[in-house]
Amino acid sequence: MNYNATEKGYYGEFGGAYIPEMLYPNVEELRQNYLKIMAEPDFKKEFDQLLKDYVGRPSPLYFAKRLSEKYNTKVYLKREDLNHTGAHKVNNTIGQILMAKRLNKTRIIAETGAGQHGVATATVCALMGMQCVVYMGEIDIARQAPNVARMKMLGAEVRPALSGSKTLKDATNEAIRDWINNPVDTHYIIGSAIGPHPYPDMVTRFQSIISEEIKWQLKEKEGRENPDYIVACIGGGSNAAGTYYHFLHESEVGIIAVEAAGKGIHSGESAATSALGKEGIIHGCKTLLMQTPDGQITEPYSISAGLDYPGVGPLHSHLYKTGRGEFYSATDDEAMTSGLELTQLEGIIPAIETSHALAIFKHKTFKPDDIVVISLSGRGDKDLDNYIKYFKL
Amino acid sequence: MLSRSLCYFIMFNQYLILFKMNRINKKMQENKKLLSIYFTAGYPSINDTVKIIQDLESSGIDMIEIGLPFSDPLADGPTIQNSSTAALKNGMTTKVLFDQLKDIRKTVSIPLILMGYFNPMLQYGVEAFCEKCNEIGIDGLIMPDLPLDVYQEKYEAVFKKNNLKNIFLITPQTSDARIKQIDEASDAFIYMVSTASVTGSKSGFGTEQTKYFERISAMQLNNPQIVGFGINNSETFKQATDFTKGAIIGSAFIKHLTENGVETISSFVKGIR
Ligand SMILES: Cc1ncc(COP(=O)(O)O)c(C=O)c1O
Repeated sequence: MNYNATEKGYYGEFGGAYIPEMLYPNVEELRQNYLKIMAEPDFKKEFDQLLKDYVGRPSPLYFAKRLSEKYNTKVYLKREDLNHTGAHKVNNTIGQILMAKRLNKTRIIAETGAGQHGVATATVCALMGMQCVVYMGEIDIARQAPNVARMKMLGAEVRPALSGSKTLKDATNEAIRDWINNPVDTHYIIGSAIGPHPYPDMVTRFQSIISEEIKWQLKEKEGRENPDYIVACIGGGSNAAGTYYHFLHESEVGIIAVEAAGKGIHSGESAATSALGKEGIIHGCKTLLMQTPDGQITEPYSISAGLDYPGVGPLHSHLYKTGRGEFYSATDDEAMTSGLELTQLEGIIPAIETSHALAIFKHKTFKPDDIVVISLSGRGDKDLDNYIKYFKL
Repeated sequence: MLSRSLCYFIMFNQYLILFKMNRINKKMQENKKLLSIYFTAGYPSINDTVKIIQDLESSGIDMIEIGLPFSDPLADGPTIQNSSTAALKNGMTTKVLFDQLKDIRKTVSIPLILMGYFNPMLQYGVEAFCEKCNEIGIDGLIMPDLPLDVYQEKYEAVFKKNNLKNIFLITPQTSDARIKQIDEASDAFIYMVSTASVTGSKSGFGTEQTKYFERISAMQLNNPQIVGFGINNSETFKQATDFTKGAIIGSAFIKHLTENGVETISSFVKGIR
């Protein structure tokens, strides 16, 4: 089985580029150039240098001793929370801003849910002196206030998305409309492994540094490159795609995805796409998405703004459909308690998105000598308000 | 004697071709500038669809794009977004629309085109959707997010079998090579998006548009071009059709419906030409 994108951007039956003609020149330009540019020695050099000196990579692979004891298995945390700006998102924005520069773009747009991708985009725009507009759902602006303030301070304009559920899906719609309106000077930095080809593949490649590092770090610590399981939360699927990438074809590595169940898969307020979704088209991509029988995209719900998305990247639909990935979902409550648990066992406050990955222990029992690597995709500073409110701290 | 029967034979053949020709193709041969209207089915009220179509035809409109509302219309500005949201709230679905249109050919003879996004069509089933359109007497489809290559690989045969024309868009950014490719894949008209924008966002055309209209006109394409996006009054209609076969009005008509309801459609049309 092949888990890489084909030339047209398909993972099995999922992927492709279902875009209106207005987007064709930009998307096609990107498709024709992204692999070439990524392979250029000076691109690689600049990318690696920035990841090292600016982002702070490699991010540590940390053996979580007390968490391991509690669940009687060996847990490693891949510390993307320690990256500059506090999440994995910056790996992708560094890559894409360098790409945008080489395509002679001068204006950057992005969508954001939790604000992590917005902050990571605003950051690289400040770094490169580029104009930056970030679309964010009105509801998310309210629940991720610290990140909104950060983006503004970084010089970005944050534009509220007022349509639909006023969350990530709608922010993405607005960003796409902006791109249609500004077809010449603008590059759209998509924040997850979603959207029309080549975005899912490009974002996955930029994030694949995560699994590249896990391999040699685990070799150093355990004498072997492959863990028994790798675990990540899935919104659109970028931290997961990067965490899985170099293990996709290593059949002894179990791939585990945790989605947001919201108030419960069948509560009507959920974002568990693999369980609730059906194949269709969202944001230019054929993938699993939550929709009515009539093909209208439904409004998801999760306490976590970064997972509050009705679709999932095409790679993940393929992993789900082929059985290569094991898919679970964690409710708001399971995630919140798992986040608090990590905080008190390891002294690490995770982003609420990440807390969903940690909730895997509520759903699956591992063997004592299993090595389980969890993508600690982001830190929880932005979520303090929500944790405090939830636990009445 | 021989030449006369040959003559009859040719006439008969032409009659056959004309008979088999799609209503859109016939319309394109008329010697005038065409005015086409887009509206969102199910808006302002769920049961306005048939009345709007009939009133548009009796007001002298040449062709109609019936919009199948979608929850996430990527290529549309706020006016069509809002009409789509309202239509969905009113209960519009693909099935409801097909039911409303089932007898439309008893009263309406101008070309009817369904315009929507691909996902609802995909969920209905592409083949079933096309068959239903054929049964009703729909002449063509505009699915902005069904790309040319996917259409040609997977769906062209089904469209053709059901006598449906697929209408493609071009924009000021579309390369000449791509325009030629689209021209070859088309067999009705080319939907020429006037400016780089979503629907309903600009009014008035500048020199940039004129240059674009001239450039496309000079390409001598096989298919006539109909301009859409940004046409909202008689002036923009005139500007757009100086170089093309016709123009489509969408957002401006929806605004008219929002402000005036469905009783004054003919006065809107009179204001355009
Ligand atoms: C910390 C963190 N983890 C995970 C996600 C989910 O995104 P993805 O599935 O693309 O990794 C987000 C999104 O905002 C995030 O901020």
